[in-house]
Amino acid sequence: MPLTELERGRVLEIVRRHGSEPTRLLQILREMQEEFRHVPGEAMEIAAAELGVPRPQVQGVAEFYSFLSLLPQGRFHLLISDSISDQMLGSRELAAYLAEKLGVEPGATRADGRVSLGFTSCTGLCDQGPAGLVNGLWLSRLDCQRIDLIADAIERELPLAEWPGEWFAVEDNIRQPGLLLTGPIEPGSALKLAVENGFDAVFTEIDRSGLRGRGGAGFQTSWKWKFCFEGPEELAICPVDKREKIERYVVCNADEGEPGTFKDRVLLNRYAHQVFEGMTLCAGIVGASQGFLYLRGEYLSLRPRLEAVLAERRSQNLLGVNILGQAGFDFDIEIHLGAGAYICGEESALIESLEGKRGVPRNRPPYPVTHGYLGRPTVVNNVETFTAAAAITLKGGEWFASHGTEKSKGSKILSICGDCARPGIYEYDFGVSIAQILDDCGAENTLGVQVGGPSGTFISEREFSRRLAFEDLASGGSFMIFDQSRDILQIVRNFTHFFAHESCGFCTPCRVGTSLLRNELDKICSGHGTAGDLVELGNLGRFIKSASHCGLGQTAANPVLNTLERYPEVYQARLKSIGFEPGFDLDGALETARRLTGRDDAMAHLEQEES
Amino acid sequence: MTTNPTITIDGKTVPFREGETLMEAATRAGIYIPHLCHNPEFTPHGSCKLCTVQVNGRNCRACTFPADVGQTVLNDTQELNDTRRTITQMLFVEGNHFCPSCEKSGNCDLQGAAYFLNMLDGHFPYFYPSRQMDASHPDVLLDRDRCIFCELCVRASREVDGKNVFGIAGRGIGNRLVVNSSSGLLKDSELDAGDKATQVCPVGAIIVKHHGFEVPIGERIYDGKPIDEVSLAKEMAMGEGENG
Ligand SMILES: Cc1cc2nc3c(=O)[nH]c(=O)nc-3n(C[C@H](O)[C@H](O)[C@H](O)COP(=O)(O)O)c2cc1C
Ligand code: SF4
Ligand code: SF4
Ligand code: FES
Repeated sequence: MPLTELERGRVLEIVRRHGSEPTRLLQILREMQEEFRHVPGEAMEIAAAELGVPRPQVQGVAEFYSFLSLLPQGRFHLLISDSISDQMLGSRELAAYLAEKLGVEPGATRADGRVSLGFTSCTGLCDQGPAGLVNGLWLSRLDCQRIDLIADAIERELPLAEWPGEWFAVEDNIRQPGLLLTGPIEPGSALKLAVENGFDAVFTEIDRSGLRGRGGAGFQTSWKWKFCFEGPEELAICPVDKREKIERYVVCNADEGEPGTFKDRVLLNRYAHQVFEGMTLCAGIVGASQGFLYLRGEYLSLRPRLEAVLAERRSQNLLGVNILGQAGFDFDIEIHLGAGAYICGEESALIESLEGKRGVPRNRPPYPVTHGYLGRPTVVNNVETFTAAAAITLKGGEWFASHGTEKSKGSKILSICGDCARPGIYEYDFGVSIAQILDDCGAENTLGVQVGGPSGTFISEREFSRRLAFEDLASGGSFMIFDQSRDILQIVRNFTHFFAHESCGFCTPCRVGTSLLRNELDKICSGHGTAGDLVELGNLGRFIKSASHCGLGQTAANPVLNTLERYPEVYQARLKSIGFEPGFDLDGALETARRLTGRDDAMAHLEQEES
Repeated sequence: MTTNPTITIDGKTVPFREGETLMEAATRAGIYIPHLCHNPEFTPHGSCKLCTVQVNGRNCRACTFPADVGQTVLNDTQELNDTRRTITQMLFVEGNHFCPSCEKSGNCDLQGAAYFLNMLDGHFPYFYPSRQMDASHPDVLLDRDRCIFCELCVRASREVDGKNVFGIAGRGIGNRLVVNSSSGLLKDSELDAGDKATQVCPVGAIIVKHHGFEVPIGERIYDGKPIDEVSLAKEMAMGEGENG
């Protein structure tokens, strides 16, 4: 349907409100989605012309992000989290109940345009699931009763603003505070100290603390900041103060997309000042005047509060021009929203996304720290890293370094979910044993733990004496517990489907490989696998791991490989035990023919012979 | 006197110039590194991963990785060629490559690479996609089921033709090539048959019409010569042109 004159005007208004800047493309498309419940083709055209970018680029972005859609969604758009922890709490059954209640299939929009339903990757509410999103806002602790009420509100077209607040309520659930979570620093206190003592002194403390990145890879934070300050090699010969020469950027990675991770959600909710203070300290050290908080689309609910904190900091001169009276210390922070793409947590994909593009990881070298946002030196750090940096500035590097282990100083904040009595946030000094953690959160009859999310490591009950540390088990924060009642293959399937869904598609091994791996695993789980399929599964997994372009592909097969190694018998038990083994599902093999001929009658199906 | 910096590739000493990639240095030295998404005329892309080599023990892409002193590069090894064969198989099963009915057969780089890597079957189950075919343009045909997402047409249209006719949309296995026009059809785009973008497709996804089977099957490029020879002859000559 062509847009009306009025609607075309609205589109232009949105684009212009963003200064007709191509870097704002994703933010612009998000607003179009909100306004029209989809991104109309004509709107893409108008945006392309106004921004001066080719139409395929706009379409490329619109089709890349899960939260943007080319077809109209309902006025109430419901997404149910498909994370394993939500599934274990019955999310799939609830979604089916909801679908029936509303008369709409998952993935579809009801004919009257009122409501649409779908599934989405982890929404970061694993400690209070089953969870979901309505028009991008969190819904926690769903159950049948709540769903009845929600369905009723939808049928009455009750505006979201009038829905009861408790439906959206999200608890912090801080169960065990440690070094950082005992309380936020006084806003501005670390910055004041920095302005008094100088940024070189702050850098020395950060360096002394031994702080390593909390987003997963564990790169030494002080080095990253130093490399950014030094800039690209071309600048090495530059005689004047490097800080004056080119623009630099500080980016806080709040994409938190690893299923089972929700500690950044809590830090942003309760420690926002401290996070921004950490970013501002970093800016002072590297010489940046612009910062970004890349906030995952699933955390839209946090935005108003974060904007308010930023406004407060501006009014207190903790952001803006001549911060705390120091001439030339200018820095401000802008919030960029993601739109449903796990890959945008990878730092170079994140930067592409910040530039308004598809979240495709870049070729390295060059690295973002010297050639990042708009090709300029850029620091990308996790939310927790900045939180820690602010505390270290205030309390000293020694304070931090006296905790933890040799190679992993300080503490780690974990988000714990799954089969335990008290899911939530736990902070430990590095070096703590898995057994201790399980004990603290009230886990019983534990079968295994997924440490570090699907991209991390699945450990079995024989390994609970292992320790949380970069030297042994690293984790970006996800800690998912499974008890003896759980089916390992069901867990592995969930993770493997997740990666296939989130692959950006840039490189062959991951684009094709993750789908092949998913199909192979499904075949085995559905009882159609043979011994040859198991060999194939392992080979395929190892291939994807070694040949892929970025961390997503390089870890996508971990769930399969980890469990193949630890529980070969579980896989073996699913194999078809027939002497004469068709290497495929006979009926499944006819699927293409059925699709091509448009048939689905009984005669178009084949029974597999069981022996 | 300054000596040129060098690396070694499979034990052979290879000189390189400041800022050169491994692929560029290798090509100038007459060493073939298998590649599909790379074409020296355009900005390197690094997506197909066929050019994977080992640099001091680590997997790197030769088409994007800068050469540097002290690099020991492995290229023609059993392990790397196995990896490359698997990649080629994945590209075959991802699309619909019914070679006998394709006008590109014999001139197709994907086929050429498959012969070179001794690929005998698709190995994996076929996806049989049914992506939209675009025959709307009077002179150019776009068969998306054969596309391998090398983005050479995207780069050629942007960097040489200055038209931006093509782009990639979708995500993951759902990636698809899209065309710059309101209808999404080639006939409404700015594409001309003589554009660079119509000449660079390594497979039979973009075909210029009205030129069916002028060279018979059996006498085509890779029917007679292996891809390493063909590729080196072409790309070494291009390199000399640049320097001359
Ligand atoms: C697929 C993928 C997803 C990632 N997601 C996140 C994320 O959500 N948050 C994060 O901080 N780091 C994430 N990372 C790691 C980042 O690339 C980067 O290493 C990190 O943000 C650096 O910050 P740090 O040094 O403070 O850890 C991800 C990496 C990959 C490969
Ligand atoms: S490994 Fe996967 S996510 Fe990473 S670039 Fe390749 S296709 Fe994209
Ligand atoms: S159409 Fe051809 S040139 Fe373009 S991306 Fe596909 S395979 Fe590459
Ligand atoms: S040729 Fe290097 S990745 Fe394709």
